Amino acid sequence: MTIPVTQCLIGLHEVHHSLEDYQGGVPRWCNGCGDNAILTAVQRLCRDEDLAPERTVFVSGIGCSSRFPHYMSTYGFHGIHGRAFPVAEGVKMARPDLHVFVNTGDGDCCSIGAAHWIHAVRYNMNLTVLLHDNYVYGLTKKQVSPTSPKGMRSNTTPRGSDLEALNPISVTLGIQNVSFVAQAADWIPELLYDIVAAAYRHKGFSFIRIIQRCPEFLPKMLEPWLQDPSKTVILTHENGLRLSGEMSRIYKNTREHDPLDIDRAREIASEPDVIPVGILYRNPAVPCYEELRGAGQARPAERIRAGFEAELDTFTIWPDDGGEVEAAAVA
Amino acid sequence: MTDTLTREPIRSPVSSKEAVALDEHIIEVISDSGEGAQRCGQSLGAIAAKSGNGIWTVEIIPAEIQPPARSVAGASGVRIRIGRQRVTNGGDETDLVVAFNEQVLLGRVRAGEFEPGATILLESMWAEHGDPKIAAAYTETVDGLVDAGYRVIEVPLETECRKLVPDPRRGKNMFVLGMLCNLYSFDLRLAREQIGITFGKKEESVIRQNVELLDAGWEWAEEHLDLRYEIPAERAREPQIVVNGNTALALGILASGMDICAMYPITPATSASHYLSEMFERVGGIVHQAEDEIAACSFAIGASYAGKCAVTITSGPGYSLKQEAIGLASMAEIPLVVVNVQRGGPSTGQPTKVEQGDLLAAVFGSHGDAPKVVMAPSSIEDCFYSVITARKIAESFNIPVIVLSDASLATAQQPFPRPMFSEDWLAPPVDQAPVPDGVRPYEWDPVTGISRRFVPGQPGGMHTLTGLAHDRESRVAYDATSNEEGLRHRSLKLVALQKTLRPPPVFGDPEGDMLVVGWGSTMGVIEEAVTRLRGEGHRVSSMHLRFLQPMPPGIKEILQGFRKVMTVECAWSDRLDDELVDEDNRRYSPLALMLRSRYLVDVDCWSEARGQPIKPGTVCDAVRQRLEHEEGLR
Repeated sequence: MTIPVTQCLIGLHEVHHSLEDYQGGVPRWCNGCGDNAILTAVQRLCRDEDLAPERTVFVSGIGCSSRFPHYMSTYGFHGIHGRAFPVAEGVKMARPDLHVFVNTGDGDCCSIGAAHWIHAVRYNMNLTVLLHDNYVYGLTKKQVSPTSPKGMRSNTTPRGSDLEALNPISVTLGIQNVSFVAQAADWIPELLYDIVAAAYRHKGFSFIRIIQRCPEFLPKMLEPWLQDPSKTVILTHENGLRLSGEMSRIYKNTREHDPLDIDRAREIASEPDVIPVGILYRNPAVPCYEELRGAGQARPAERIRAGFEAELDTFTIWPDDGGEVEAAAVA
Repeated sequence: MTDTLTREPIRSPVSSKEAVALDEHIIEVISDSGEGAQRCGQSLGAIAAKSGNGIWTVEIIPAEIQPPARSVAGASGVRIRIGRQRVTNGGDETDLVVAFNEQVLLGRVRAGEFEPGATILLESMWAEHGDPKIAAAYTETVDGLVDAGYRVIEVPLETECRKLVPDPRRGKNMFVLGMLCNLYSFDLRLAREQIGITFGKKEESVIRQNVELLDAGWEWAEEHLDLRYEIPAERAREPQIVVNGNTALALGILASGMDICAMYPITPATSASHYLSEMFERVGGIVHQAEDEIAACSFAIGASYAGKCAVTITSGPGYSLKQEAIGLASMAEIPLVVVNVQRGGPSTGQPTKVEQGDLLAAVFGSHGDAPKVVMAPSSIEDCFYSVITARKIAESFNIPVIVLSDASLATAQQPFPRPMFSEDWLAPPVDQAPVPDGVRPYEWDPVTGISRRFVPGQPGGMHTLTGLAHDRESRVAYDATSNEEGLRHRSLKLVALQKTLRPPPVFGDPEGDMLVVGWGSTMGVIEEAVTRLRGEGHRVSSMHLRFLQPMPPGIKEILQGFRKVMTVECAWSDRLDDELVDEDNRRYSPLALMLRSRYLVDVDCWSEARGQPIKPGTVCDAVRQRLEHEEGLR
């Protein structure tokens, strides 16, 4: 197929970005850390979607995962522990024109920031959320996390933890206004990329829990899943993930799941000892808070002036007020 | 204007009683919660203001929404000080009270809020109440009040109102307003107009009924009360607006061009957000009620970072929660305006009561060295202008600016000249111009510490902002030099701002026996006290600080002009007459502590934390006492 000359010329003026355009500082994560795979998937996504680096913002909290923005060469906001969601919401409300991503960890999102997580789902702002879940506090050197399996030994639970693990996807699926929930694993980069891309393309709060390895503190924990691909359940659907031929030869344990079916999604999310990978739920019909609130509308100075004067009028005592009452009486 | 008010022949009835001319009077209307004393009192304040009088209203608010009826703690109402000229504070004791039952009076009497011999107009229905206990309590209280020297006038409010409305509980307040218009010689036409404004959204029949109640109250007072006063007004020549401090704050937010406010409900700050929400519906802008205080502050920071400076409004407990986020704004140099409408503390403290207890939390709060600007409006008018200034400073210096209002300013109403809108008040559009090559995100000016911030959308400005120690490139930097460079430049911004401030004016002579120093809502009280003391021949002056961090230049020189310096604050300080308290261990009130440490002057303090605005008479007593003590030492 030949391309018309004019189109070629137009193409010359378009700015296209390569992977290097999104690569920031050299990652300081440990060797084998799952965060590296997430970074690669996201940089690929930015390139493939050709996101303008100056119009893209990665907002994070605190923790290993929250170093993520430093390794991008877009705008980044590495804030305080647990508060990535409200910061990202503020960014999006002020500037709905920006592509806003959130990087958060299991401690950041599910523990110290849990209240914000629940409400962020409810607001359903157009954000792409990457929950880097490695089941442990890494930056502070191995403490139990809300997602740690019961019995996990850590520096604060030397005899093993006492509590059942919190399940981030079943929690998210239980919140009103949920619009996109997916689960990915760092050791399946092809699917990780597909899921991140689907999340980005969904308009609304796209929540991906990415199960990731922590080679430093939990080196063996996910070993069975790495050794045996059939332990991972891949959720496929014509409106969800579609496996390539190569992938379907490796991952044979697949299950058809329609992402519109929230009841089934909740069942899958709650099954014990199963790691489902794929899109559990997607509902493009849920309205976005920033649109409901009319974010991004220009407010020219004249409008402010007129509004301000009208407000003042309701509180003003004019020097000749008495006279006005007289006049009204005559009328 | 509604039909009722225009159709009827509007004339103001003329009283046949002789009026006693007064310079000022303090009137209180109190009832159980929900009986409308607040609406009555606020309307009286508006009528007085429209008549050209100076006013200051103070709300009397129970802590609960529906406190039990006829309870001491349930007193709800308004106190209005009406004067010939501008009134700058709530004044001393109340001269005339209208009470809907005797119980709501008791707390006020015990707190010494009433002038000895004050007139009390009291609903008389309780005397014949079916419950003998209630009837007995009423009689006992009335006798007690009479014995204590108050002039109690029993008024059959219920009986009179029942002639006009089936449920007098929802109408007495306008009857009382009519009575008060008669007593204070206010033009009844203004009162009718006020009813039109108050009930403007209601049906015509509601307005008519309230006007009838108003007229009936006037007639009853004309016939049955031998009192009549007049507070001749000296009208202002310029248009005035009458609003409370929280409304003024919200108007200031609109006028500053800020268009995103993130908040979480908290007394006594919330009414500012109520009004702002309503106003933004009409003018544009977003009030986001966040899931909590931390989220509200973080949301505002995110919005500021990506666009124009945003604001968050809170009170003490919420302010404590925001501290970490405020530190982030300080560290990462994000403009932010935080309004703290202070209430009684610590902890949940006294939600509806006034206190200036958060000064040190505002100046020094947040861990590490987190410079921020702290301002405090000193009047209702100042509530409006402070926010505009705060936004400008926040964006010029990329720094959080804390505005410390309080429960006294929040609900008090006072007329001030109608602001003339200026486009200079507005925030400039968000900068989206490309960043020149080689310019770094923290290109700190070596003298002022100021750098230009990069906003998402600006090509070439991409960087990751961080709350970690960072260098000029905004890269995480743990080395000693980078850390100190950051600290130094962030601190320099306060110094640079300080150089732009003017020395505070001294009220009174620049030299004398005592300088009273205050900040925030107490300005009117302190200046009135100083005027009285100077009238008695005392060599006393005062100075009021609007900027607490940085403090303006010239203060040390001012302090040195006086033998003694004493702060007056509505906050806690240890009392020297407590057995174990001495000069060594005494905990000073916040401003005194700050002045002592900065200027090495032996600043004394007098403070009270009674939950009520300080009275000028109390300040006079305190100053006289300290002056006598000084005299004794000499």
